[in-house]
Amino acid sequence: MGSGFLLGFGENGWGPLLLHGAVMTMAVALTGFGIGLLIGTTGAWAKLKGGYLSRGLADAYTTILRGIPDLLVIYLFYFGSSAVLTPLGGLFGASGFISLPGFLAGSLAIGLVSGAYQTEVMRGAYRAVSSGEIEAAIASGMSQLTLFRRIVAPLVLRHALPGLGNVWQLVLKESALVSVTGLVEILRTAQIGAGSTGQPFTFFLAAAVLYLVISSISGWLLRRTEWRLTRGTRPV
Amino acid sequence: MMDFSFLYETLLTLLTGVPLTLKLAVSSVALGTVLAVALALARLSGIFMLAWPTRFYVFVFRSTPLLVQIFLIYHGLGQFHAIRTSFLWPILREPYWCALIALSLNTAAYSSEVIRGALLSVPPGQIEAARACGMRTTVLYRRIVFPLALRQALPAYGNEFILMVKATSLASIITLMEVTGLAAKLISQSFRAIEILVVAGAIYLLINFLVTRLLQWADYGLTGHLRLPPVSADALHRGA
Repeated sequence: MGSGFLLGFGENGWGPLLLHGAVMTMAVALTGFGIGLLIGTTGAWAKLKGGYLSRGLADAYTTILRGIPDLLVIYLFYFGSSAVLTPLGGLFGASGFISLPGFLAGSLAIGLVSGAYQTEVMRGAYRAVSSGEIEAAIASGMSQLTLFRRIVAPLVLRHALPGLGNVWQLVLKESALVSVTGLVEILRTAQIGAGSTGQPFTFFLAAAVLYLVISSISGWLLRRTEWRLTRGTRPV
Repeated sequence: MMDFSFLYETLLTLLTGVPLTLKLAVSSVALGTVLAVALALARLSGIFMLAWPTRFYVFVFRSTPLLVQIFLIYHGLGQFHAIRTSFLWPILREPYWCALIALSLNTAAYSSEVIRGALLSVPPGQIEAARACGMRTTVLYRRIVFPLALRQALPAYGNEFILMVKATSLASIITLMEVTGLAAKLISQSFRAIEILVVAGAIYLLINFLVTRLLQWADYGLTGHLRLPPVSADALHRGA
């Protein structure tokens, strides 16, 4: 009985479970990345256009979140939420450990961490938009909303894409840490498989290959999108 | 509202984990650097059989999570009877060595790219001049290429070091009692997660702040030639 059978899709094969884990990894990483994008856009706006207070807050946020381990942030959401929720649950007659579900705690933590990196990416991208373009748009009578939709957003997106791609690759790898909350993504599935079959190397190698595949595919998609978004600036 | 005596006690407990955190970060960056220089030189050698495996190594280690790499080494290697009976087993069954190996292999992949970029940034004119003076390859590297590359690589290397300080927290998952490991243990004893995690976060922030300062100081020392020479009082008096 080879490990190929063990990881396959037949009877007793771990293939379907590992694929399910891969879908969960993608889901938590995408949700976290999306939350991070919202935070990052807000943070960049605060750093660029905000007053003294919001600039200070945004600076503190990016400094702190980029200076502490991601694992602490995941623990903060997972165990920290239980510090609030467990007594609250007690009021309603529940007993024992209550915490945010792993998916929610994980994607919030990933969002908060990646938001700090995305703030810096978006800030840099906005500053790369030349002021002449914005001036020209205002001169041709665009309203603020049209200006944002037609000029600022597409240009910022083009400049931000390489940076956002890097953050996405970070987020994908960071999502493995969410396995500590018990969320059954790739790594947790591999741990369960390793535990119940006594073949840890096989399962962790399979997990590594799955991450490799997801990261390669997303890298290819990002390069293609980047190629498409820069078609206006390439020499023909 | 704030329980300062609890925070203080937590701080004292967590500080005992700092030596292990620093030991892991410093030794893995040191080991990783040696490996990274070898990888970068192999990649730039132009020899297919050296460059291609290096590219593959960097690709694999940069595209998979560090935690998976740690698990592969700590839990995974024990699957093989040959390894369990080999002379390496006393090392490979220790969580400390497994964490150190995984962190070193991981940082080597990232920093080999930093070093490769730095080596490529050395102006060809400088190398040509050194050759023209008759330097051998070893002297050329020791006197010209490595010092220039070091200056170029330092800022990116500093970032890598900070990333490694943060990465050492994963060692807690394979039972090492560094700062995060101690914090997790305290949480399971007292259930006061938020206070404990804030203290732990502050410790990491302080370490990284000091590292940043140290790097700025090193960078200042290495870029002396880019600054204007100090004006001496003597020169001012002469009214130059």
